Amino acid sequence: MQFIHEYRDPDLGRKLVQRIHRKSRKPARLMEFCGGHTFAILKNGIRDLLPSNLELVSGPGCPVCVTAISDLDKAIFLSHLPQTITTTFGDMVRVPGSHGSLASARVEGADVRIVYSTMDALDIAQENPQSQVIFVGIGFETTAPTIAASIVEAQRREIDNYHVLPLGKLCPPVMGALLKMGETKIDGIIGPGHVSTIIGSRPYEFIPREYGVPFVISGFEPLDILLAVEMLVEQIEEEDPKVEIAYRRGVKPEGNARAQQLMEEVFEVSNANWRGIGEIPRSGLSIREKFSHFDALKAYDIEPGLSREPKGCICGEILRGIKNPQDCRLFRRACTPENPVGPCMVSSEGSCAAYYRYGGEDG
Amino acid sequence: MCLAIPAKVKSIEGHEGDVEVGGISRKASFMLTPEVMVGDYVLLHTGYAISIVDETEAKETLKLLEELAQQGAVYS
Ligand code: SF4
Repeated sequence: MQFIHEYRDPDLGRKLVQRIHRKSRKPARLMEFCGGHTFAILKNGIRDLLPSNLELVSGPGCPVCVTAISDLDKAIFLSHLPQTITTTFGDMVRVPGSHGSLASARVEGADVRIVYSTMDALDIAQENPQSQVIFVGIGFETTAPTIAASIVEAQRREIDNYHVLPLGKLCPPVMGALLKMGETKIDGIIGPGHVSTIIGSRPYEFIPREYGVPFVISGFEPLDILLAVEMLVEQIEEEDPKVEIAYRRGVKPEGNARAQQLMEEVFEVSNANWRGIGEIPRSGLSIREKFSHFDALKAYDIEPGLSREPKGCICGEILRGIKNPQDCRLFRRACTPENPVGPCMVSSEGSCAAYYRYGGEDG
Repeated sequence: MCLAIPAKVKSIEGHEGDVEVGGISRKASFMLTPEVMVGDYVLLHTGYAISIVDETEAKETLKLLEELAQQGAVYS
């Protein structure tokens, strides 16, 4: 087994689709929280395979997209400081800030480097003792432990020119915020696979309990997603909302204890600003006092000036599940992956990028 | 960004080692999965193994998929 191709069997998929058609009666809107799911759904044409009473909407599960523009502006500000190397995951570089992007900062002479892993950022710090190395620490619970690991490792290796701009965000609170706002009808949630690898399934229990919304954690292969939809349909038809795992090879109810422990050691929960949504209490991660010497927010006076959102971009509404990329007047016209106006067109998990690539005729 | 792919563990040295993804060898950190063993499949996310793939559960899910598919086909 390689745990990939087995979950792509088209014959099994067809039969599962038939089963969903047979079983699903009630009209329902299912939110795929995670941008990775949006891509997989569009790429595999799953939207078109489902019965017409089931609608799939994308959610805010794209760390690049939900990074507040004021936070992005901080990263761009830092990159312009002398003797500084700014390291970040690839998708962040081309996202337009209020004044330029990390990519345009690079053209203007800033040393901005794309890293694959926080370990690489740490190695760059070790190899360049004369420079200050900043890691733009975006990410959900999947990535937060890797950022925590790099800070613990920096401590151990006594690397003192490494700083993290802490922009980590937590998924259960944003789900709660969306459900509480109630702007968009959500009858079921396809839960994030790899966030749940870390935190497990328990932190979502409040969703069926308080909001009566079914919740099934899914993997990213087509059969994983169809299985999650099948399980959601079962819960919806039976009116029995609960948290279930359709991705058992990757997610345990208790999650990854070691990863949670590292996160807990380095970070504390704080309020965070989400693009398009605003401040959500206890939805972000700050660096604890004990590790404050690695905190870019403490080490630098960051004065990026006033931020402004890109004109005409409706990313925020798309992230809240109330609009689709096609509803944006700039989509495919002024805004393309080559010339992105908003983050949802840049990120490899952004809805606009997914619809642009796989959306078909009207997409 | 939460992408994680199955990778086979080839060697372990302390908290690091080599994994193989689609025939290509890559460096990986096992700081989040200290119990990993050579031969395990792990989910690799930005260079870190974030969990060990549970082979028993993987097979169970396939079995469940087949059962559901059978029932789906019979009644449709
Ligand atoms: S198409 Fe471009 S401008 Fe429109 S919402 Fe998407 S990212 Fe923003």
